[in-house]
Amino acid sequence: MDPSSLLQYLITGLTLGSTYGLTALGFTIIFNTTGVINFAQGEFVMLGGMMSVYFTRVLGLGEPVAVVLAVVGATLAGALVERLAIRPVRDCPTINLIIITIGVSILIRGLAMLAWGKDTHVLEPFSGDRPIMVLGAAVMPQALWVLAVSLLLLAGLKGFFSGTIHGKAMLACSHDPKAASLVGIGVQRMVLLSFMISALVGAVGGVILAPITMTSYDVGIMLGLKGFAACILGGLGNPFGAAAGGVILGVLESLGAGFISSAYKDALAFVILLALLFVKPSGLFGLKDTKRV
Amino acid sequence: MGSAVLATSGVSVRFGGVHALADVDFEAEQGAITAIIGPNGAGKTTLLNVISGMVTPSGGSIRFDGRDITAAPAHERARGGMVRTFQNLEIFSNMTVLENVAMGCHGRLSVPAWHSMLRTPRSRRIEADIRREAMEALEFVGMAEYALATAKDLAFGRQRALELARALAARPRLLLLDEPAAGLNIAETQALAAMIVRIRDTYGLSVILVEHDMELVMGISDAIMVLCFGQTISRGTPAQVQKDPKVVAAYLGGDEE
Amino acid sequence: MSYRKDMIWLGCFFALLMLAPAALPNNYFLTILILGCLHSLNAVGLCLLVGHAGQISLGHAGFYGLAAYSSAWLSATAGWPVEASMLAGVALTVAVSFLIGMPSLKLKGHYLAMATLGFGIILSILFTETVDITGGPSGFVGIPRLSFFGHEVKKDLGLYRIVAGVLCLAVWLAFNLLHSRIGRALRALHTSEKAAQAMGVDIARYKLFVFVLSAAFSAVAGVLYAHYLTFIAPSSFGFMFSVELIVMVVLGGMVSVPGAIVGAFFVTVLPEFLRAFENVEVVLFGAILILCMMFLPDGMAGGWNRLWARVRRAWAARRATGAAHG
Repeated sequence: MDPSSLLQYLITGLTLGSTYGLTALGFTIIFNTTGVINFAQGEFVMLGGMMSVYFTRVLGLGEPVAVVLAVVGATLAGALVERLAIRPVRDCPTINLIIITIGVSILIRGLAMLAWGKDTHVLEPFSGDRPIMVLGAAVMPQALWVLAVSLLLLAGLKGFFSGTIHGKAMLACSHDPKAASLVGIGVQRMVLLSFMISALVGAVGGVILAPITMTSYDVGIMLGLKGFAACILGGLGNPFGAAAGGVILGVLESLGAGFISSAYKDALAFVILLALLFVKPSGLFGLKDTKRV
Repeated sequence: MGSAVLATSGVSVRFGGVHALADVDFEAEQGAITAIIGPNGAGKTTLLNVISGMVTPSGGSIRFDGRDITAAPAHERARGGMVRTFQNLEIFSNMTVLENVAMGCHGRLSVPAWHSMLRTPRSRRIEADIRREAMEALEFVGMAEYALATAKDLAFGRQRALELARALAARPRLLLLDEPAAGLNIAETQALAAMIVRIRDTYGLSVILVEHDMELVMGISDAIMVLCFGQTISRGTPAQVQKDPKVVAAYLGGDEE
Repeated sequence: MSYRKDMIWLGCFFALLMLAPAALPNNYFLTILILGCLHSLNAVGLCLLVGHAGQISLGHAGFYGLAAYSSAWLSATAGWPVEASMLAGVALTVAVSFLIGMPSLKLKGHYLAMATLGFGIILSILFTETVDITGGPSGFVGIPRLSFFGHEVKKDLGLYRIVAGVLCLAVWLAFNLLHSRIGRALRALHTSEKAAQAMGVDIARYKLFVFVLSAAFSAVAGVLYAHYLTFIAPSSFGFMFSVELIVMVVLGGMVSVPGAIVGAFFVTVLPEFLRAFENVEVVLFGAILILCMMFLPDGMAGGWNRLWARVRRAWAARRATGAAHG
C-alpha cells in the first residue's frame, strides 16, 4: 500500500462523500421538519447536475450562470413538490407520504428521461482538468471545488439555523410542530422552506460532483439511497451526523474500491452500514432512544 | 414471614444520570394486595417496570415464587404467571373487546404454528377454548355485552375494565396494576376497589398495586411500601404507614432534599 | 371479515382465475396473468409482514431473486431435477431470510427499513457481479422449464393453472393464519409491543416468523418465475422491484390480503396499459402512484369499503323513502 495511492483514494472518497453528505443533509432537513423520508431527494441531486448540463450545452450559457440557474431550478422543483404532492396530504399516515415521495421520484426521473434522454453527460470542470500534484497524488481541481463549496454550504446552513429567525423557527418545528404553531410559527411555510433548502443543498451536491462522475437521468436512485444510508450511519435526525456519515461512507467506498474490488464497492458500503446498524442502531452520533414506559 | 410471591433485592435503575431507583428491597406476600405509593417521580412505575421485565435494572435481583427471574425477558415472566396492566392504557385499539381479552389467553392456550396455518381440528378446539375463557373473564368484570365492540370506541372507564379482563384471562399468579384508577371518577374508583378485592378473593392471586388514589390504597391494601426519589422510606400496614412522619413529610413537602 | 366470508372470497377468486384464460384473446395476456399471480404471491407475504405485523422490508426482491437464481443454477448448471432445485431454492432462501431477519428485526422503523434495504441491494449486486454463477447483467439463460412430478409443463396454460393454484393455497394459509391466535398476536404486537409482551408474546420470535414466512412466499414465487420464463436477469430483482412490492401492499390497503392481490395485479397490468404512451410511461406511472395515494389513502380495499358503505346507505335511504311513500 503506497501512501500516494492511499491519499488518492482518500481524496476521491472525500469528494464523493461530500455529495453523499449534502444529499444526507437534505434528507435530514425534511425528516426533521416533517418526519418523512423524502425518497425524491436523490432526484434533486440529479436535477442539479442535469440542469447544469442542459443550460451549458443546449442554451449555451456560461457555466457559472448555468450552475446557479440549475440550483435555482432545483430549488423551485422542491417547492413545487411540496406544494403539489405533500401539502395536500399532510395528515396522511407516514407510509403513504413515503410512497408519494417514491411516486415523485419516479415522476421526476420520467420527466428527465423525456427531456434529456438516457445518455450520460459530462459537465465541464469549474477550473480546468489539469491535476494538481499533492504528495504524489493527482488531485483534480474540481475535487477542491467540491470540498470548498461543501464546507461553505455547511457553514452557511449552520449560520442559517442558529442565527436567523427562519432557521430557528424551522428547528422549533422539527422539535414540536404544535408548540411551534402556538407561538405563531407558520408550520406549513416551514415545511415548504425545508423542501426548498433540501432541494438546494442536494442540487449543489449534484452540480459540484457532475464534472467528476458524469451524470444522467437515473443517478438519483443510487445517490438517494447512499444519502439515506449516510443519514442512518450518522444517526437519523442529526444534521452533523448526516454530513459526517456521508463523508465516512464516501471514504469507505473509495478505499474499498481501491483495495478490495471496484465492482463490489457499493455492496461494501452497505455491508459496513449494516455492521454498524447491528452494533449501534442509533447510528454513530445518534442519541439512544429513552422512552417513557 | 409469610411466603413472598415476589421479592426484589437491591434493585437500582439509572436513566442517564438520574437514579430512578436506588437499592430498593421490596416484598409482596402471597395472596396479599400490596401497594406501592409515593409522590410523583418517586420511581413507582419504574419499579413495576423492573418487576415485569420492561426495564433492566443496573443492579439487584428479582425473585418470583423463589426463582430468580432477573435475566428473564418480559414475555417469559408473563408466561410464568406475572401479568400487568399499564398506566397509559395499552389496549389493542383496533381489535374487538373479545379479541383483546383473547390475547390474555395467548400465553396459556397455544398450539404450534403449523396447526394454525392449516386450521387443524386441534387449532379450532383451542380457538373455542380461548373464546370461552375470554367471555368468562369479560363476564367477571361485567363487560360481556361489549364483546363485539371495537376497543377504541369504548368509554375510558370501560377500557380500563377491559385491560383488567385481559389480564384476568391470563390466570396470573401475580397481578401488577399500574395506576388502575387514573382517570376514573369516584364511583368508578370505588367499583374498581371492590373488583380488585373480588378478583383476589375469587382467584386467590396476589396483587401489587401502584396508585396515587389514597382512599383506594388505604381501603384495600394489606401492605404498603412508600417510595420517594427512588428510595424506600417506609413499609407496613396502611395504619402504620399513615402515621409515619417520614411519609407525611414526603407528601407534604417537608423535606426539600 | 369473518373466516367464512374470506373463504367465499377465496373460492370466487379461484374460480375467476381458472376461468380467466377462456376470456383472453391471446397468449400474451396469459403472461400477464402469470406475472400478476407471481407478484400477488410476493405481495400476500409482504402484506402479512407490513400490514399485520407492522414491520417493513425494502429488500424482498432479494428473496425473490435468490430463490430464482439458486433454482436456476441447481437445475441448469448442477443438473439437478427441476423439482429438487425448486425445493432447494426455497429452502436456501428461507435459511438466508432467517439469518438476515434475526439481527435486522431488532431494529425498528427507518433503521429496519435501511437494514432490509441494505441486504436487498447487496443481494442485487451479487446477482450482477458473480458472472460465473449467475451470468451477470445479461442474465441467466437456459433454465429448464417447470416440471411437475417428472412431467415437463410445456404449455403456458398448464403452468398458469399451477401458479394460480399455488397462489390460492398461499392465500388459504394466510387467511388461516390471520384468523388464528397467531394473527391476533401479530395485530397485537403491531398496535402495542409492550402490551403484547405483557400477554406473553415473544415479540422477536413472532416478527422473525412472519419475516421468514413472507420470504418463503417470495421464494416460492421466485422459483416458479425462473422455471416459467426460463430466463432471469438481475434487473428484475433490484431495489425498484422491492419498492413495487411495497407499493402493491400499500395500494391494496395494507391489512387486506385480497387488497394486496388487487394491488399486485394493478401494478402488473398498469405498465401494459401505459406502454402505448411510450416515453411518457414512466411519468404517468409516477403520477398515478401519487394520485392513488392522495385519493385512496387506505388503499383500494379501503376505497372499496367506503364505496360499498355509500352504496348501502343509498339503498337503505331509498328503501326508507320507498316505505314512507308506499
